[in-house]
Amino acid sequence: MTLPLIQFVDIQKSFGSNQVLKGVNLSIYQGDILAVIGKSGTGKSVLLKHIIGLVSQDSGELLIRGIPLHSMPPKDKLRFKKELSYMFQENALFDFLTVFDNIALPLAENCLYPKATIEERVNLRMHQLGLGPIGEKFPFQLSGGMRKRVALARALVTDPQVVLFDEPTTGLDPIRKKKVHTMIEEYQRQFGFTAVIVSHDIPEIFDLAQQVAMLDEGKIVFQGTKDDILHTHSNIVNAFIQGEE
Amino acid sequence: MDTKQIENIGGATLDAVTSIGRMTLFFISGVAWIFVRPFQVDKICDHTWFIGAKSLFVIVLTGLFTGMVLGLQGYYTLVTFGSEAALGAAVSLSIIRELGPVLSAIMITARAGSAIAAEIGVMRISEQIDALETMQINPIRFLFSPRIVAALISFPLLTAIFDVVGIFGGYLTGSLMMGINQSVYMDKVVESVRLIDIFGGFLKSFVFAIVVTTICCYRGYYTHLSTTQGYGAKGVSMATTNSVVQSCVYILIVDYIITYFLV
Repeated sequence: MTLPLIQFVDIQKSFGSNQVLKGVNLSIYQGDILAVIGKSGTGKSVLLKHIIGLVSQDSGELLIRGIPLHSMPPKDKLRFKKELSYMFQENALFDFLTVFDNIALPLAENCLYPKATIEERVNLRMHQLGLGPIGEKFPFQLSGGMRKRVALARALVTDPQVVLFDEPTTGLDPIRKKKVHTMIEEYQRQFGFTAVIVSHDIPEIFDLAQQVAMLDEGKIVFQGTKDDILHTHSNIVNAFIQGEE
Repeated sequence: MDTKQIENIGGATLDAVTSIGRMTLFFISGVAWIFVRPFQVDKICDHTWFIGAKSLFVIVLTGLFTGMVLGLQGYYTLVTFGSEAALGAAVSLSIIRELGPVLSAIMITARAGSAIAAEIGVMRISEQIDALETMQINPIRFLFSPRIVAALISFPLLTAIFDVVGIFGGYLTGSLMMGINQSVYMDKVVESVRLIDIFGGFLKSFVFAIVVTTICCYRGYYTHLSTTQGYGAKGVSMATTNSVVQSCVYILIVDYIITYFLV
């Protein structure tokens, strides 16, 4: 059996007295798109933040290619983190930087390429995402949808191996939403990255993801394919998909 | 004293010690990153513009009126002893030794320090600092280190401008309004000011630059850790207020300590 790229083993996390994750077990395989669904406030973003290291678990293990992340040598840990990219729910764009500088930031600050190459890569991403001539504008001058695409361009500009999307289509109209989904799908096919998408776009997200996991009450109550979820007998999953309490 | 009170005192002490430790590490880390290549020249220039150039007007205004008030007050005090000729010395020494560095630092704190704390605080609550971490960019290097260098450049320069304008303000009231001989005023300034006075003033401004930048950046950076301030607009506003109040108090305390060793 293939070794998961990332594996949550009985991960628990509390914030004060509020236990958000109560023993999460989840496997993410290389090259897959995994959609994480679930009610608002169930800890889906917290789960993503464990992968990128913004949050640490209270107990349990996070395995990267079978090796516990906490026991990895710092060099390997850093190498793994460089493979990751994160797209925030609220975009987290820098107001004091132009659109171009926002997208170029991870390349420029980490001195990955010469200036001309950075310019070329940023322009390419902007073109691919239909951003047009807005490089000199600031994020506050853009519409919500535009900002979303700028955040997406920034997340993809480093050609990451694993991209974590925290509700990438929130606030977009159906056309843009579809465009973002298509783009993730196309890029994933083109570059072969692994994607974890926290989403409320049901059922559209099922067409995009190879795997779907549902988080409920701090636990993964379901993980399987699109067909599995559409034919599951789980009451919790069915009720959620049909929008019932 | 009941158990609850002892618990509260213990909790507050632990919080204070933790905060001091965290701030010290924050400061050390920020200073260490200054020397790591590539040097952030563009950011340093931007922050120097913001902290230094944009504070120029308020510093000139404050310096001028401080000097003018000193000139007036000094004149009426000295004239009763018949020593109004010493006004130039009184004004220049007061300003160069004390008022220049202290008032400049307080004015820069009010204008730039509060803005720094608010900006970094907003970046914290809107996940921009988290975004830096996800991009493998050290947030302390990105946000704090260039600001320390910018403050170390700006504070002494603004203090020097405050000193010059303040002495000129004293000249305006003392000589032009009250009629002290202009040459006497200027001679007394030149005669009384020693190199150690200027050195002391600059030393203070360097230390104030570090104190103000560290407190304001730290308060903004750790906005989310305060349990009482909340995590949002209220938290940022409290972090901003605390950074200004704390900076001003520390400026006065540090001023006393440096003065104690200089005199």
